[in-house]
Amino acid sequence: MPKLPGLIGGLGVTLKTMLRPAVTVQYPHEKEAPAPRARGVIALKEENCTVCMLCARQCPDWCIYIEGHKEQRPPRREGGRPRSVSVLDRFDIDYALCMYCGICVEVCPFDALFWSPEFEYSESRIAEMLHDKKRLGEWMESVPEPEPLEVGADSGKKK
Amino acid sequence: MVSAIALLALDVGWGTTLALKTIIVLMVIPAGAIILGYVFLLKMMSHMQSRLGPMDPGGFHGWFQLVGDGIKFLQKEDVMPAESDRRVFAAAPLVVVLSTFLIFAVIPMGPDLVVKDLDVGVFYALAVSSLSVVGVLMAGWASANKFALLGALRAAAQLIAYELPLLLAVVGVVVQAGTMSLQGIVYAQRDGEIFGLTGLGEPFILTQFIGFALFLVASQAELTQTPFDMPVAESELVSGYMVEYTGFRFLFFFIGEFGTAFAFAALAATLFLGGWSVPGVTGDWANILGPFVLFAKLMFVAFLMFWVRFTYPRLREDQLQALAWKVLIPLGLINILLTGIFKVAF
Repeated sequence: MPKLPGLIGGLGVTLKTMLRPAVTVQYPHEKEAPAPRARGVIALKEENCTVCMLCARQCPDWCIYIEGHKEQRPPRREGGRPRSVSVLDRFDIDYALCMYCGICVEVCPFDALFWSPEFEYSESRIAEMLHDKKRLGEWMESVPEPEPLEVGADSGKKK
Repeated sequence: MVSAIALLALDVGWGTTLALKTIIVLMVIPAGAIILGYVFLLKMMSHMQSRLGPMDPGGFHGWFQLVGDGIKFLQKEDVMPAESDRRVFAAAPLVVVLSTFLIFAVIPMGPDLVVKDLDVGVFYALAVSSLSVVGVLMAGWASANKFALLGALRAAAQLIAYELPLLLAVVGVVVQAGTMSLQGIVYAQRDGEIFGLTGLGEPFILTQFIGFALFLVASQAELTQTPFDMPVAESELVSGYMVEYTGFRFLFFFIGEFGTAFAFAALAATLFLGGWSVPGVTGDWANILGPFVLFAKLMFVAFLMFWVRFTYPRLREDQLQALAWKVLIPLGLINILLTGIFKVAF
């Protein structure tokens, strides 16, 4: 039978695979570390946010809820006029709606939003999937250092 | 069995002995089905696919998975199609499990550990394993489902076609052993000699290797295992003739399938590998060691069967039939011819 060598070879493949250890990672007993640029959760650096609302406007799912107000600050030098500053009152991201597209992180002009590889924040109630300003600030601790630039890349700093 | 019980200094009559043997066989079938199912279906298949299989149920590598599955099936609702023939629908799984039970009546596990050593043991075992065909047809017809009927008819055609290679493989063994009784075949293997070398026994696999290969292929088809599982083509006919069966009726089919795999592996071990016998061990030690030796041998045969099952894709119905009638039956006949010639000439 001309097909017999192929048939025996097939048996060899299954036997070899059986004798090798399985590749399964038994979550939750064993965990795999995600890649540093993995998209787990979005963290907020509040001091950088100027309430420009770009992220809320560009989000395809409308899952970012922002409220802010303007305040007057004393002028920087004598004789100037008071400066108006935007203050962030509320910044919520609803992770039940978020689709992890990253448009908000990409579009923020002030680098206030960061990706973090943390993914274990599932809840038993949907209402608890809405992360408020404080919690989003706490996620900043898990944001990894930015990756080093490639050799020969232009760092973009003004000379 | 009687002397084994006398060994335990109990004096029991034939009624109690019969009851004890019946209970033991009834316990062996689900236990065997679960062991085979767990070791080969869940664990060996998983490792052949580079995954782990169940690990959590029962703590240690998920050994409780099938028992838990059995309990789950038992508590399901008993659903019957409205148009189905109720009595036949209910009886079909029982017929399939009955044929499994009846095969175990002749498989010897020791010199005295057999339910009844018939003089036509092998003939009886093959005849009784054909009862499952009737069960399958009943299941397909009573399901009042066109696809179930298609599956049942394919199954009937396949099972009938592959009984002939099974038979021819066994006839070779019978010719070499000179007896149809399974105990006689085991003794012939234990006390035989290879080229004048006694003491090693003569497992018939050495001379009947064609028969062994035929028996393995044919029993694979008898059990509707891949690559011969057209009747239960899971990706095409769902479960074929079993599609309308839920709950404990499905559990019976499952136990029937794996129990019959256990029985056929035991038959192959007995006919070709020497059954419960270890050359040189006789008397009471054989009674104690016998079941374990048989178990080890049948696990090896079952390993071969399941290894083939998890490696090859499914054969089409016409390819399957062509293989049986055009390849395996002529091979079987040639095997008998050669066996006869060698038996007479040497």
